[in-house]
Amino acid sequence: MASNVKPRVKVPKSASAGEVVTIKTLISHPMESGQRKDSAGQPIPRQIINRFTCDFNGQNALDVTLEPAVSTNPYFEFDVRVDAAGEFHFTWYDDDGSIYEERKSITLA
Amino acid sequence: MHFTRREALALGLGGITAAALPLPALASKVDDAIAAFTGGATPAEGGVTLTAPEIAENGNTVPIAVDAPGAVAVAVFATGNPETGVVTFRFGPAAGSRMASTRVRLAKTQDVIAVAQMEDGSFARTSATVKVTIGGCGG
Repeated sequence: MASNVKPRVKVPKSASAGEVVTIKTLISHPMESGQRKDSAGQPIPRQIINRFTCDFNGQNALDVTLEPAVSTNPYFEFDVRVDAAGEFHFTWYDDDGSIYEERKSITLA
Repeated sequence: MHFTRREALALGLGGITAAALPLPALASKVDDAIAAFTGGATPAEGGVTLTAPEIAENGNTVPIAVDAPGAVAVAVFATGNPETGVVTFRFGPAAGSRMASTRVRLAKTQDVIAVAQMEDGSFARTSATVKVTIGGCGG
C-alpha cells in the first residue's frame, strides 16, 4: 500500500430531484509510471491506481480505467444525476491490490 | 568532396525520408490501440469534444476534458507517450452527462486523440495538438 493515500471528494450537500450535480475527486497517490529510473539507473517499478469507480445508490455513474499517463494525485470531475437522496460510493483500485474507499451522502432539497 | 546539384538534392531527400520514418511506426501503435478499443471499426470524425490546452508548460499535469453526448465510453490516447493509452471513461446509468475531466502526463509535444463509443455502437473521434514545454513521464 502506498503511503499517505488520502481520498478527497467534493459533493454538494443537497440537490433537487433530477438535478445533475458535478462531483470532483482527488486522491493523493504517487502514480509511479514505471518509466522513471532511480539514482542508480534502475527502473522504479510501476505502481498506479488502475481503476476508479463512482456509484450512486448502487447504480454506476462512472468507471475509469487509468493508465500510467494519468498524473500524480489523480483528479476527476464528472456529473451525476440525482433522482433521490442517497449515498455516493467512490472506489479506487491500486496496482498492489489495495482498495481505497470514500462515501458521501446527499439529501434532497 | 564535391557534390553536383543532383547529388545534393538526392541526399537532402534521403535525409527527409529518414527523419519521417519513425512517425508511421508511432502512428501504427496508436492505431492498434484505437482498433483494440473499437474492435476494428473505423471511428467517424466529430461527435466528441476534447478540451486540452494549446500549450502545456508542464507535461506532468495537463488538464484535459472530454464531452461526447450519447457516448457510453470515451478513451483517450497520446501519440507521443511511451505507452499510448491514457485513460478510459465508461459512463453508467447514474451518469448526469457524458463529460469528464482529469489531468494527464504528456512526454512531449504531440497529438492527443479521444475516441467515443456511442450508444448505437458507432465510434467517433477527435484530436488536439498540445505543445509541451517540459515533458512529463520522467526519464
